[in-house]
Amino acid sequence: MTTGLTTDLAFAVEDAAAHLYVWALKDIPQDLRDALDAARKRETSVTGIRVLETIHRNVNIADSEKNLVCQDTGIAVYTCRVGEHFPLHPARIYASLKAGTERATVEHPLRSNAVHTITRENTGPNTGYRLPIVHWEFIPDWDGLDVKCVPKGSGSENMSFLKMCVPADGVRGIKEFVLESIVGAGGKPCPPGIVGVGIGGSADYAMYLAKEAIARPIGTRNSDPIVAELEDELYGLLNETGIGPMGLGGDVTVLQCHIEHADTHMTLNPVAVNYQCWAARRASVHIDPEGNLDYDREF
Amino acid sequence: MAQHEVTFPIADESEILKLRAGDEVTVQGHIIGIRDRTQIRIFDQGVEPPMDLRGAFLLHTAPGVRKIAEGKYEKVCIGTTTSARMVRFTEPLGTQYGVRAICGKGGFPDEAIEPMQRLGMVYFAIVGGAAALETTQIEEIEEVAWEELMPECLWKFRIKDFGPLTVGIDAHGNSLYHDVQTAAQEKLKELYARF
Repeated sequence: MTTGLTTDLAFAVEDAAAHLYVWALKDIPQDLRDALDAARKRETSVTGIRVLETIHRNVNIADSEKNLVCQDTGIAVYTCRVGEHFPLHPARIYASLKAGTERATVEHPLRSNAVHTITRENTGPNTGYRLPIVHWEFIPDWDGLDVKCVPKGSGSENMSFLKMCVPADGVRGIKEFVLESIVGAGGKPCPPGIVGVGIGGSADYAMYLAKEAIARPIGTRNSDPIVAELEDELYGLLNETGIGPMGLGGDVTVLQCHIEHADTHMTLNPVAVNYQCWAARRASVHIDPEGNLDYDREF
Repeated sequence: MAQHEVTFPIADESEILKLRAGDEVTVQGHIIGIRDRTQIRIFDQGVEPPMDLRGAFLLHTAPGVRKIAEGKYEKVCIGTTTSARMVRFTEPLGTQYGVRAICGKGGFPDEAIEPMQRLGMVYFAIVGGAAALETTQIEEIEEVAWEELMPECLWKFRIKDFGPLTVGIDAHGNSLYHDVQTAAQEKLKELYARF
């Protein structure tokens, strides 16, 4: 049975999803703006400067015209952190996220990208079977809900790579695979962006972690100092490759490298790479048990 | 690196030969929007495109639009998609339909270099993701065909000061993508040696 409270909460989550999706597409976060500005100042190649100046103009025009930063409205990916005592069940949270995604798509209107994976026929307003995609995390002793919306463009998602390195490949294998993946991707994923790396766990979980990694704000570091050190090292190495903005050559190939890790089997050493383009869109909200929305909260 | 302004459809094809990899280009006139499904229909399903593509500038796009009347759309947000998926259509676009310029993001792999040189074609690199800017440079959606492929229809846009574009592959056998990739592969060897 649905109570009045949970009905209101379901609407609150739907409202939040509809707002987050459009907000993320139009107004890129401050940490990303700062990173793009720093990249523009650091770049020395003629084509690289041309690209980064154009990106700067574009972000400002999106602000003034209230238009989308990029036309690719992506697939809607949400990360939910659900408190143990949050009064709406995740099954209902999912239904609300889906309804909110549809409402934003129809009302704005946003380009609908969702198709059946074999027939390629459109399946709905950016929704379909198992779309949107939601990452869940459950938090004990808490009554709130955090929702983060990360619209994921296909240009960067197509540049996703997995390798089951063996233990004898060590950290060297991880580094080489990340480097060869980003060099091989060239200009296709719209560099300079955020390189997300997932290591450990299993094949599927490594890629899941790589997706978590691209959704982190720029400036955050892995809480494990050994992994954080690898983030810094890879960031430096990737920017030595010369791929440059939009793959036309230059100094700035990536804005940041984020790594998420999990412990793994003694015989496994999985490495997953997921790329987030320079338009690294992300918007988040905190919802309290009464359905109050706080859109300023970033995570 | 020179700067150029070029109007499409191109009247004098020798203008294409003046463009060199790395040059900056601003485009005027009319351009044609095209994407994966549009080209699959033309070449794999053998359906003649209902628009004249001679001397055309093709843009790899699937625009966000709002329908305002039967067969009439206004722009919402128009940007550019990754070109590499569509590289195999380059030669037939040039030989069968006389296309002279293809614009997208991320570049074409090396297999495009030879046909572009032979046929006098050029690849323009746009800044991927910069759709808010690109939308302001598209004045009007003048025509649309194959609406059932929405949004991967065949679109005709009237543009003004479209760019800045960078010549990614010129008609003389030069490709920035080839050069950057070759240098990066060499650099990787040096980086691996440090581990």
